[in-house]
Amino acid sequence: MPALLELHDVTARYGPVQALHGVSLEVEDGHIVSVLGANGAGKTTTLRAISHTVHRDGEIRFAGKSLGRRGPEDVAKLGIAHVPEGRGTFAELTVWENLRLGAYTRRGSLKDDLLRVLEYFPWLDDRRGQQAGTLSGGEQQMLALARAFMQRPRLLLLDEPSLGLAPLLVTETFRIIRELNEQEGVTVLVVEQNAHIALQLSQSAYVLEVGQVALSGPSAELQEHESVRRSYLGY
Amino acid sequence: MVELAQRLATRRRHPTPASGGGVSLWVLLLLAAACVLLAVGSLESTIFAQQTVAGLAEGAVFGSLALALVLIYRATEVINFAQGEMAMASVYIAYQLIHWGFSYWEAFFATLPIAFVLGMLIQVVVIRPVQHKSVVAVVIVTVGLFVLIDGLVTWKWGADIKFMPSPFGQKVYHSGGVAFSRQDIGILVVAIISVILLWLLFQLTKLGLGMRAAALRPASAALVGVRVDRMLAVGWGLAAVLGAVAGLMTEPEQYVLQPSLMQPILLYAFAAAVLGGLESPAGAVIGGLALGVFLNLVGQYVHFVTSELRLPFAFAVLLAVLLFKPSGLFGQRRVRKV
Repeated sequence: MPALLELHDVTARYGPVQALHGVSLEVEDGHIVSVLGANGAGKTTTLRAISHTVHRDGEIRFAGKSLGRRGPEDVAKLGIAHVPEGRGTFAELTVWENLRLGAYTRRGSLKDDLLRVLEYFPWLDDRRGQQAGTLSGGEQQMLALARAFMQRPRLLLLDEPSLGLAPLLVTETFRIIRELNEQEGVTVLVVEQNAHIALQLSQSAYVLEVGQVALSGPSAELQEHESVRRSYLGY
Repeated sequence: MVELAQRLATRRRHPTPASGGGVSLWVLLLLAAACVLLAVGSLESTIFAQQTVAGLAEGAVFGSLALALVLIYRATEVINFAQGEMAMASVYIAYQLIHWGFSYWEAFFATLPIAFVLGMLIQVVVIRPVQHKSVVAVVIVTVGLFVLIDGLVTWKWGADIKFMPSPFGQKVYHSGGVAFSRQDIGILVVAIISVILLWLLFQLTKLGLGMRAAALRPASAALVGVRVDRMLAVGWGLAAVLGAVAGLMTEPEQYVLQPSLMQPILLYAFAAAVLGGLESPAGAVIGGLALGVFLNLVGQYVHFVTSELRLPFAFAVLLAVLLFKPSGLFGQRRVRKV
């Protein structure tokens, strides 16, 4: 059975600047896969190539079908939820409106979805009418996950979920990501600077260097790998 | 004094910019004071009351067109210089429909969907191709549209004066010695209803939510599946409808129609939108009403202000706002968290 998401030799550019030089990777259905790398290695661009928010070439297949020329709106509709850098929160809108936007591609009542979201994020119920921009950084990260979950995605693309969060909140965020993966069966592709926590969370990982895959393998093996340890884990 | 208070208010607002919805207390107090003044004045003097109502009616037209400007400003981040001409073209369409045998109100309601489609078409055909190039390019396109629409209307219908039937008739109501024309009341009611419908559309419907998301954060909106381009086109369509309402409610007492119909109104609407704070829909409407009342009362009580000075006066307001409170009464500094 083919993987849920496959990238074959994907390139991407911002104007004249080439950001990805042929990235190939696979994400198995039901897995958590992490993408590591230094600043500018192309981690964010990899996610943007998948959601087609950057000019890209090469083959990307999702659930056996080529994404082809589908724009970001259609990619979202296929069941890929991309939580971008900066979390994509609609700061001017209320928490409830943010959640409704998460479910934008679907018709019908949102009641069941909301109840399920509240199981994971019970505190959101009291904040429904609050303007999302007034939430704390940690709360906004949770809201971003909740919004993505409202989309009922098969694949969740997370860009630096730990960025700017206090250590305790990082742990909490990753706990919820693991729960969504285990209990709801959501496949996750996560880009992360914090290699330590990312390798603990994921089954397999890719290390990017200057727009190419430099290393890949099961997370447990990468954790032991000499150069990964030295460059990204710092011991 | 007031200026100083407002400036202090903006300063104080800066530490909590993300709270967005917070309109400064000083502005609310100022508006409340203005309302009390108008109410007391109207009870004291019948002329004052008549001028206030006439000003509100006129201001409702400014406010509607200002709201159309704000809608497009929020979505496309440019002032649509062709807004007035688009409205004027809609009035000519209504004129044509009446000429073909429609009653005034049949023509009114038939014109609105036509305006909606034309507004969308303009966005798709001429705005979208340049939208991502530069703001200046879009502005130039809207100026070009101004000339184009003006030319097309003159070519089709001629520049001579046309006569429109009156939507509300000439009836005058009397209440406690004050005469209110049915005209003024009608304009006010139509404008208020259209603004409320628009507000409901934006606040309560999924389409409205998508439009707000697309205007506020297009990139994030696309990621949750909102079709941003389509939303922007709908936004232009709605702005065109609102402009058409403003156009049809403009000067119905004279029933005359010329291609220059909306040019002064557009300038008043600019002033109203800037007064309200360009990004604020509520500000545009209140700015329009305030400007209408202000101009009428000044015209009544300040003797050297004749009708020739109305436009310069509106511009004095615009200039004062830009100098002393560039964000307008309801403007918020936009915050983008990165």
